[in-house]
Amino acid sequence: MTTRVALMATCLTDTFYPDTARAVVRLLERLGCVVDFPKGQTCCGQMHYNTGYRREAATLARRTAKAFAGHDAVVAPSGSCAGMVRDLYPGLSRLTVGVADRTYELSEFLVDVLGVTDVGAYFPHRVTYHPTCHSLRVLGVGDKPLRLLRAVRGLELVELSAPESCCGFGGTFAVKNADTSTAMLADKMRDVLDTGARVLTAGDNSCLMHIGGGLSRLSTGVRALHLAEILASTEEEPWAATP
Amino acid sequence: MADPREVVLRRIRAALADSPPVPPVVRDYEVARDVGDVLDLFAERVADYRAVVRRVRVEALPVEIEASLRARGARRLVAPVDLPGWWRGGEVVWSLDGPAHPLSVRALDRADGVLTGCAVAIAETGTIVLDAGPAQGRRALTLLPDYHLCVVRADQIVGTVPEAIARLDPVRPLTFVSGPSATSDIELDRVEGVHGPRNLEVLIAH
Amino acid sequence: MGRNPVTWLGSPAFPSAARTALADVQLRGNLAHATGTIRGKRAAAVAELPDWERLRLAGEAIKDDVLANLDTYLTRLESQVRARGGVVHWARDAAEANAIVLRLVREAQASEVVKVKSMATAEIGLNEALAEGGVSAIETDLAELIVQLGDDRPSHILVPAIHRNRAEIRDIFRATMPHAAQVSDRPADLAEAARAHLRSKFLTAKVAISGANFAVADTGSVVVVESEGNGRMCLTLPDTLITVMGLEKVVPTWRDLEVFLQLLPRSSTAERMNPYTSVWTGVTPGDGPRAFHLVLLDNGRTATLADRVGRQALRCIRCSACLNVCPVYERTGGQAYGSVYPGPIGAILTPQLGAGTDDGPTGKLLRSLPYASSLCGACFEVCPVRIDIPEVLVHLRNRTVQEKPAYDPEAVAMAAASWVMASPRRFRLAQRLLGPLRLLARGGRIRRLPWPASRWTDSRDVPAPPKETFSAWWRRTRG
Ligand code: SF4
Repeated sequence: MTTRVALMATCLTDTFYPDTARAVVRLLERLGCVVDFPKGQTCCGQMHYNTGYRREAATLARRTAKAFAGHDAVVAPSGSCAGMVRDLYPGLSRLTVGVADRTYELSEFLVDVLGVTDVGAYFPHRVTYHPTCHSLRVLGVGDKPLRLLRAVRGLELVELSAPESCCGFGGTFAVKNADTSTAMLADKMRDVLDTGARVLTAGDNSCLMHIGGGLSRLSTGVRALHLAEILASTEEEPWAATP
Repeated sequence: MADPREVVLRRIRAALADSPPVPPVVRDYEVARDVGDVLDLFAERVADYRAVVRRVRVEALPVEIEASLRARGARRLVAPVDLPGWWRGGEVVWSLDGPAHPLSVRALDRADGVLTGCAVAIAETGTIVLDAGPAQGRRALTLLPDYHLCVVRADQIVGTVPEAIARLDPVRPLTFVSGPSATSDIELDRVEGVHGPRNLEVLIAH
Repeated sequence: MGRNPVTWLGSPAFPSAARTALADVQLRGNLAHATGTIRGKRAAAVAELPDWERLRLAGEAIKDDVLANLDTYLTRLESQVRARGGVVHWARDAAEANAIVLRLVREAQASEVVKVKSMATAEIGLNEALAEGGVSAIETDLAELIVQLGDDRPSHILVPAIHRNRAEIRDIFRATMPHAAQVSDRPADLAEAARAHLRSKFLTAKVAISGANFAVADTGSVVVVESEGNGRMCLTLPDTLITVMGLEKVVPTWRDLEVFLQLLPRSSTAERMNPYTSVWTGVTPGDGPRAFHLVLLDNGRTATLADRVGRQALRCIRCSACLNVCPVYERTGGQAYGSVYPGPIGAILTPQLGAGTDDGPTGKLLRSLPYASSLCGACFEVCPVRIDIPEVLVHLRNRTVQEKPAYDPEAVAMAAASWVMASPRRFRLAQRLLGPLRLLARGGRIRRLPWPASRWTDSRDVPAPPKETFSAWWRRTRG
């Protein structure tokens, strides 16, 4: 039986990180899924919602629900967007109930729905993983991303100290409370650098944009890369993420 | 001027105009649980607070109490007037406190120690509870002396907090004591010894 | 209505207060050390109870029942306290509560009172009000004493002097305590100095003032949870005891304490049980105070109760676990929150208690507090009464947004963004318009953007927009 999947790329990934979305497509197709990218999708409304713009968020929620109506499973390479849809949509609009309970974050979909932890990936680098707050506490993905990473051949996984401590992104928090956000970022970067990893991965490009943006600013040489891009990489076809 | 009581009550009723739904309180937490040997656990947990704890035979109480007092160097002791007389002994000056002849605050403050029983003890948390009942006296008695020697009978020890709550009458003045007085106010680290008795010694009598 | 002293007069909005605090290296070190210590210990204390999650659910349910029937439980508490010899007073706001306490102290002919640490009296600025009335209030809790002697402000619910390390405390004691000129910085010596300093005060005080952790409606019993024995001193030795208690501290039955006496100590000091818990009911002849007054305090609580989402903040048992795990609090400390209630609980409680009394600067502070969080959710995870703090934060943000004028720049930008995002066509167009940003990029990254985006680029690079967005790629290759 083939599984049909609707990809929710998320506005940030669609616009700034197309490689991540392409990696999700490649990965899911390799695992035998049929992937669709519903054209009506734009933004889940999370930024609006979290900043207090509930009415605007509700409009975007209804639009998203409509865009994904009729799909069995919706997969998003973002813990916070999947969390928004699943946890918060129902409280925003009754019209979204259909999409809420069919939406998965990528690692959940792989482990829980497809039942795989070894996705056949090859990635010969030293990697550390940051569990993003919403994947951890809203979705409860637990150690699923780690199980997926441990099964990647060639990958040396090194653990962060204080992994569950927030990186300081927090959506508009990063600009409204830029100083505090930066202080949190500094500690997270220190922990990343202490691992000696070459690559920092996570299940959410928003947090990665923040931590990666800091790592790049300081020219640390550590690269931030979405989990999907590591899992998409194989020995035959290494993931050549080209800008 | 409007009566504040009426105003506040009216505000509360107005605030609850939506009649919030109240699901019943589900008490599926454990009221009692298997904590193994209650006496062992109690002794271990009291000791964790850096209190002295010893297990003694009931009939040996006078000897053991005397040994404790001698080890401590306590010579002037206070005790509630209804403390079992046979517990008191040794080369100690005893002052008894009771409703008819309460000791002054200064006298309590000057005492080397106080000897009491207790009402209930909780194994899991290493707590003794005083309820001003037999052999316990009023609250000030166990507060001012710097050394509190407390006799806990085996049948007074329960496993958990809920079991203790069920045994207690809240209308009596209650004091739950878990170790000597302590503070976490300096760098959130526990240090023993502030205003309450800095030395707690528990004799488990069985 | 007068100003609600729950916020400190003249406190700036959170972001700028935080900026100042973040620059204090000593503070950062002290906080990281203290919160780091307590976090690990709390986790261990909680892990010991196999039924922790069930206790949390029961705690939540009991408190929700209290709130839903608050009038019933309060009047029951009142009649029980009266029946056992206590006097009950009701106070609509801080000024009224302070006036009641001052009158009672004067009636007892005291010019000095000893105090047990209490959030309610800190919230209403009781010490300042008493001082104005010629009564000096002596804080007896070690951390409160450190704050009082250092002429400082509290920064934590449980350990108001958490921002001070042992060396700083030693210096404060040396400077202010008559007999402590030589005291060392060993915590045991510091505790000893406090003991010596306060002993005679306890033995001679005529009036004591306390807060209450719980009060049992069924029996009229009041509960104070503490560590040092200063609470027992205050509750037992003086002739008159005045307890100031927030309305929401009532619980229906004695049995409910079996839940809270497990939840509170493990969540707050990470102990199986705190050293001392005192329970008293009215007046007991021959044991303790001869007069007992209970002041029931509203001060914004009923207004908070009226908010369907926000009212859950009234479940709070002031354990401070949410502060200790909060990544924002850990970096900024408590004083940046401009109130006796800092951290996550402060961010949701202060704006609610203080609402309606917001003069210009205070309003700015109150509106900034719900944004003082990255919404990481660590607070909800540890809260023993399961207050969904992130939910309330977002709710209060929404309340703030609704009060904004239509021309507010942020509101305009947000409306524009949602207008763009509401249409895939407009969204694609906006994506294309970002393309030229590539011209600013070097090596795939943009280092500087003009305000307000500079608040991002001040510390973080931005990736250059790709030549082709994912949706464009999909259209091109899969169409
Ligand atoms: S909100 Fe919860 S965690 Fe925070 S102090 Fe209150 S009870 Fe404790």
